[in-house]
Amino acid sequence: MAKTNALGLSIADYKGAPTTLCQGCGHNSIISQIISAVFEENLPPEAVVKFSGIGCSSKAPTYMLGRSFGFNGLHGRMPSLATGALFGDLSLIGIGMSGDGDSAAIGMGQFKHIIRRNMPLVYIVANNGVYGLTKGQFSPTSDRGLKLKKQGVNPFEPVDVCMEALASNATFVARTFAGDPKQVKTLIKAAMHHNGIAILDIISPCVSFNNQPSSTQSYEWGKQHEVLLHEMQFHPDAKEIQLHGEMKPGEVREVTMHDGSVLVLKQVERDYDPTDRFAAIRALEEAKEKHILLTGLLHIDTERPSLTELYELPDDTPFNRMPQDRLRPAPESIQTINDLMF
Amino acid sequence: MAKQTQPASQNGAVVNDFSITVSTINGTGSQTSNLTITRAIFKMGIPVQGKNIFPSNIQGMPTWYTIRISKEGFLARREEHEIVIAMNPATIKDDIEDVMPGGVLFYADHLKLPIQRDDITMYPMPVKKLARQSGAPTKLRDYVANMVYVGVLAEIIGIDMDKIHAALDFHFKGKEGPINLNYGLIETAAQWAKENLEKKDPYRLEPMDATKGYIMADGNTAAALGALYGGVQFVGWYPITPASSLVETMNQYIPKLRKDPKTGKNTVVSVQAEDELAAVGMTIGAGWAGLRSMTSTSGAGISLMGEFLGLAYYAEVPIVVWDVQRGAPSTGLPTRVMQGDITQVAFISQGDTDAIMLIPKDAQEAFEFGWRAFDYAERLQTPVFVMSDLDIGQNQWMVKPFEYPTEPMDRGKILWEEDLEQWEKEGKAWGRYLDVDGDGVPYRTVIGNKHPKAAYFTRGTGHDEFARYSEDPEVWTRVLKRIKKKFENAREMLPKPEIGTMEGASFGIISFGSNDPAIQEARHYLKEEKGIATDYLRLRAYPFSQEVKDFIASHDKLYVVEMNRDGQMRQLLQLDVPDMADKLFSVAKGDGLPLTARWIMNTILEMEEE
Repeated sequence: MAKTNALGLSIADYKGAPTTLCQGCGHNSIISQIISAVFEENLPPEAVVKFSGIGCSSKAPTYMLGRSFGFNGLHGRMPSLATGALFGDLSLIGIGMSGDGDSAAIGMGQFKHIIRRNMPLVYIVANNGVYGLTKGQFSPTSDRGLKLKKQGVNPFEPVDVCMEALASNATFVARTFAGDPKQVKTLIKAAMHHNGIAILDIISPCVSFNNQPSSTQSYEWGKQHEVLLHEMQFHPDAKEIQLHGEMKPGEVREVTMHDGSVLVLKQVERDYDPTDRFAAIRALEEAKEKHILLTGLLHIDTERPSLTELYELPDDTPFNRMPQDRLRPAPESIQTINDLMF
Repeated sequence: MAKQTQPASQNGAVVNDFSITVSTINGTGSQTSNLTITRAIFKMGIPVQGKNIFPSNIQGMPTWYTIRISKEGFLARREEHEIVIAMNPATIKDDIEDVMPGGVLFYADHLKLPIQRDDITMYPMPVKKLARQSGAPTKLRDYVANMVYVGVLAEIIGIDMDKIHAALDFHFKGKEGPINLNYGLIETAAQWAKENLEKKDPYRLEPMDATKGYIMADGNTAAALGALYGGVQFVGWYPITPASSLVETMNQYIPKLRKDPKTGKNTVVSVQAEDELAAVGMTIGAGWAGLRSMTSTSGAGISLMGEFLGLAYYAEVPIVVWDVQRGAPSTGLPTRVMQGDITQVAFISQGDTDAIMLIPKDAQEAFEFGWRAFDYAERLQTPVFVMSDLDIGQNQWMVKPFEYPTEPMDRGKILWEEDLEQWEKEGKAWGRYLDVDGDGVPYRTVIGNKHPKAAYFTRGTGHDEFARYSEDPEVWTRVLKRIKKKFENAREMLPKPEIGTMEGASFGIISFGSNDPAIQEARHYLKEEKGIATDYLRLRAYPFSQEVKDFIASHDKLYVVEMNRDGQMRQLLQLDVPDMADKLFSVAKGDGLPLTARWIMNTILEMEEE
């Protein structure tokens, strides 16, 4: 008997089409963690909407949550599609699946502006530092000095997705590693409860074109250099918080999301306050200097209103189910309007 | 009508049939003065139309406003200027030369006149002096100075002062301060003219009763209102001349017209995007999610939106796109008019695509297509373009009042949970792209539908009837053929052309959009002055209906009149009727200015002689 969640659904209800990504691709691991997160959160698959742009990352939504609506759009323009679509029914949770080529190149503008608007969306950048689908060109996040077959040596500084997000005042910024599935899943869960944009920069190795141990986006490098900002537990219901033995009060921080769920952060090396944006920027700079893969929740701001809140739409019915008599002005109004003309 | 180029002195009074051109510097508030003149004349019951010929600039460049006054109701632009009001030192020479013989020049008396003319009447206006005496604060003085010409003109040609007051009251929304300041100066200027100028010209106005039952509105406002009556729910937009005021106006009317009767909350989401790529992306997202969704732009924006529009075409997402056309290619003439985006939109994307176009002729039709466009978009599950232009969008049009939508909303084929259950019971298969009814339009579901089989995956890549990824050549061909069927079926669904016939017509004229007044007037001259009868078909939509083919078939020769260089609409028509293509002749000009009746007539006459 397959394990079921509180809705009586099994994990099979959350699966998508079989993946066509390469065996060992980091993206497959992300897909699994998204599936588990939604399953464990007891969300019906219909409550999630998937969006993506173009690239290997953006193929991923096909391979998960087959019972969720999905829209695979254009290169770099997942954010605008998601923004418009999610207004259709504000009770739904959007998961945007993008990559470094998708978000940090043509999509940089939309990446920045969806952040600026604080649109509620779990925005995943599956970051492998290479163009996979077009067979191995440099991406905007490729390491400087990266050597690739046919391409030569990359002379340019990489774009740091988290730094760009912080610069744009993102309200949820995390970096994690596809080789650390537990952390990926915890952050996805927290992101789904965030009332605003949640940027997840997931280092997700490309086994075909950029997995050589010297690359900072490889499995080996990640495993050897990952340093945790904190250990994390996510509790959808604050009442359920039970600190495990290794998490003692005083060494933990609790981040309460707007819906009352709680992300518990246990300090590892130091007491890190993710509400401090300066600290996040400093942490990223230090990680770069120390040549480490610093993972965890870099920054969170639960106070800023989200884009959808600003519009104060009627909340008694989903916007896309609103009947004609609530959308078309009454007949008598036409006289008033004509009178307003000259 | 031929009398227009003769010296006025031989004719006596010219009443309610002349044009006024006001030459000013942009950014000095002259628009208020010009609108006040136009509206006051309208309120006198005289058919009138104002057109703003302005620069792409905020302040300091020459700008012209032409006011056509026509007792017969011909309101197209004319090339002759009986009255010129000169306020700009930079253009004074040209402005003097532009006055037709027998005409009138009003000029600010601080301008040096580089040339003199003895065949026109010249009235000086003490603009600076009267503005100084008006008591207006120094910083407002340049603005109110433009009211001087309103007053002097009013006295000389006879604009009713009460109507001027009504126009100001409307413009300043009843705010007494600015109304009194401006009106005071107009009165002073009129009084000054009465005491100091002797009327020597023949032009004057007399009240009529020809504007009763009409309103004055610009097409962008009309489009915005039409969309609000059409139940628009989502607008993604980005500022661009001359489309910006469409959504700006809509935003102003949302609280007035779109408060939800149940909750009192607004039911329109309007997002200013970071660019046109995002504007149309949001719009497509919302349309996909089942919202009535639109964007508004001009040709340059359409170019940027092209890739996304191709996706919406192939993924079959209903949206409405307003194209308020301006001078193009490239940045082109951003503040001038053109019908230059016709072929661009018709073949909007890479690969085989088609676009549905609605083509309004004025503000009233802009309102009607404003709401109808959503019905077509949702019925056909495809982008629908409304091809307006700068002349329609930004100028004031004398039109019949807006009419409340005559039909309930057509939300098209959407299935909700209970529908899917019903289909299951009946053993009917649902696939997002399955042509169940044989009309090429499949049934769609939208997000939030909780039926476990409701979801599907939308993609711009090859897909089959069940929205599954496919590279199968047969599937690909089948799906694209089925999409074509929607386009073919649209021919008879869209607004039908308007046809005007005359007994014994020598040839047919086909045109569209804002050319209509000039065509009507040209046909009048052709008949009255040359004895040539014509038939006229005004296109209102693309793809063309059977009536268009029949019209072409029933004439030996047809002139397709349009505002661009290449005769773009003629090209589309020729593609549609290749066997009759040689019957279609192009009368096309795209110089940034609205076509005039005289130009249309003369061009056709020249071609008739060839």
